[in-house]
Amino acid sequence: MGKNKPAASRADRAVEALLRVAGLSTIGMVVLIFVFLLQQGLPVFFRVPLRDFLGTRWYPTEGYYGALPLILGSLLVTVVAVVVAVPLGICTAVFVRELAPGWVRELLKPAIEVLAGIPSVVLGFLGMTVIAPWVRTTLGAPTGLTALTGAVILAYMALPTIISVAEDALDAVPKSLRDASLAMGATRWQTIWKVTVPAARSGIVTAIMLGMGRAIGETMAVMMVTGNAARMPLTADSLFRPVRTITATIAAEMGEVANGSTHYQALFALGILLFLVTFLINLTAASAIFAKRRQGGLR
Amino acid sequence: MVDPISAKIRFEDVSYAYGKDTVLRNIKLGIPSNHITVLFGPAGSGKSTLLRLINRLNDLADDTSLTGRVLLDDEDIYAAGTDVAALRRRVGMVFALPLPLPGTIRYNVLYGPTLGSIQKQADLDSLLVQSLQRAALWDEVKDRLDSPANRLSGGQQQRLCIARSLAQQPEVLLLDEPTSGLDPISTAKVEESLMELERECTIVIVPHSVQQGARLSDYAAFLLMGELVEQGPDKQLFTAPKDKRTEDYVTGRFG
Ligand SMILES: Nc1ncnc2c1ncn2[C@@H]1O[C@H](COP(=O)(O)OP(=O)(O)OP(=O)(O)O)[C@@H](O)[C@H]1O
Ligand SMILES: [Mg+2]
Repeated sequence: MGKNKPAASRADRAVEALLRVAGLSTIGMVVLIFVFLLQQGLPVFFRVPLRDFLGTRWYPTEGYYGALPLILGSLLVTVVAVVVAVPLGICTAVFVRELAPGWVRELLKPAIEVLAGIPSVVLGFLGMTVIAPWVRTTLGAPTGLTALTGAVILAYMALPTIISVAEDALDAVPKSLRDASLAMGATRWQTIWKVTVPAARSGIVTAIMLGMGRAIGETMAVMMVTGNAARMPLTADSLFRPVRTITATIAAEMGEVANGSTHYQALFALGILLFLVTFLINLTAASAIFAKRRQGGLR
Repeated sequence: MVDPISAKIRFEDVSYAYGKDTVLRNIKLGIPSNHITVLFGPAGSGKSTLLRLINRLNDLADDTSLTGRVLLDDEDIYAAGTDVAALRRRVGMVFALPLPLPGTIRYNVLYGPTLGSIQKQADLDSLLVQSLQRAALWDEVKDRLDSPANRLSGGQQQRLCIARSLAQQPEVLLLDEPTSGLDPISTAKVEESLMELERECTIVIVPHSVQQGARLSDYAAFLLMGELVEQGPDKQLFTAPKDKRTEDYVTGRFG
């Protein structure tokens, strides 16, 4: 608090203290979780050298802790999901905000929010009973439980986040900016792609990052539809073969390991990795927002 | 009333409503070509709405209704088959808030031309210089044409918006309180460039004060609650108004 501010009333100060405690304890919680992860997970590197941890075979029962297939599995599924979800999500947001007539928008917005609320297990059902058979029959894959199936489900899960955050960003672009472009003789279409979307760019980046965060951290649906085979997804057809992700591995194996065992620590190390990746993604999203603010950009 | 022959823009019995809310009533107005027409009146009297009818900027609004005709060079701009984008290239508009498009100074000025007709680099370059000069901004930005437009000061941004409109080489320039956010020096610069421009361009301006209106007026129209109370050439409305309501307003005894 600045020294030259007028003395705040007692109630003001109490509220401020309360807010500060709440804010700090949230940060404290995150730090504690990270410390806990580190404490439980890092010791694995005394038993499994980093080189082996980045190996290509994950057979904990036989002492192989090569996490590379899991890392690449998560990466493959997430990247494909993002590649599917981002264009779709942005186009939907543009449609909802810029093109749809008023009543359609009023209908779509709550519908999209409902989508966001569907439990991931339910999407897992959908993946197993609808998408998996479809992948098997149309692509001729040996099984329908593949990386592609997981990616499609993840894309579906990331969509509501991407759409609503991107739509908010478009909504924050002043109407007068659109008017300025239209008044120059630009068509509605040119205005959308040359003015409105660029003006909302930082919010759209945030939307993508949040969608990606949602995809990479998702466990249940992915576990149900990706087949969970810990193989290196390096061949050209990997997308149509089963994969195993980091999250699915932790969820499936955590219940069976002895506290403090190498396997236990290895799973925590995977958790650290996941935490760091999600943290980085969120940091990128946040810095996009800050950069925009500093620039004194349009809001 | 302006002689209809020399009127660039004519409103023939125009009424306009947002929903059930009629905001312009039976407007009959002739706007003389290559002069500055000042359109003034209290807040909410329909000035902005009237301007936006001239470049059809209200087309996208839901539930509005227009009766009467708006003519540009004796052609009904609301007639079926009118090319609205082409109309808006002929009729430029500058808004109250300076609103640079996201991008550089150069991008802003050349936004209109690159959308449409002109693609040759040499033409674009000379257009860029010319437009910025006519908006009295060239000297201040000539060394940083490729820096982001939103780093300019408010006054510079507004002149950039004027340059952006001028790059279209419009026949008509509509300005809605273009200097409301500007300091006196920037305001004077903008007014000066408008007086230069009137030789080649028909200007319609909603001034941000009665004084500004009086300074710029070649022709003026006073609007009150959607009704066109009085119109007349030169500074007549400001020095010798005929209607009591106009007189009350310009002498400040009103609203
Ligand atoms: N998009 C809109 N939808 C509904 N009503 C509107 C809309 N725009 C303007 N109006 C109404 O039309 C009337 C005239 O508005 P307008 O903006 O044309 O006035 P103005 O003379 O430009 O006022 P100001 O000096 O405050 O800019 C006002 O009563 C306003 O509430
Ligand atoms: Mg107005």
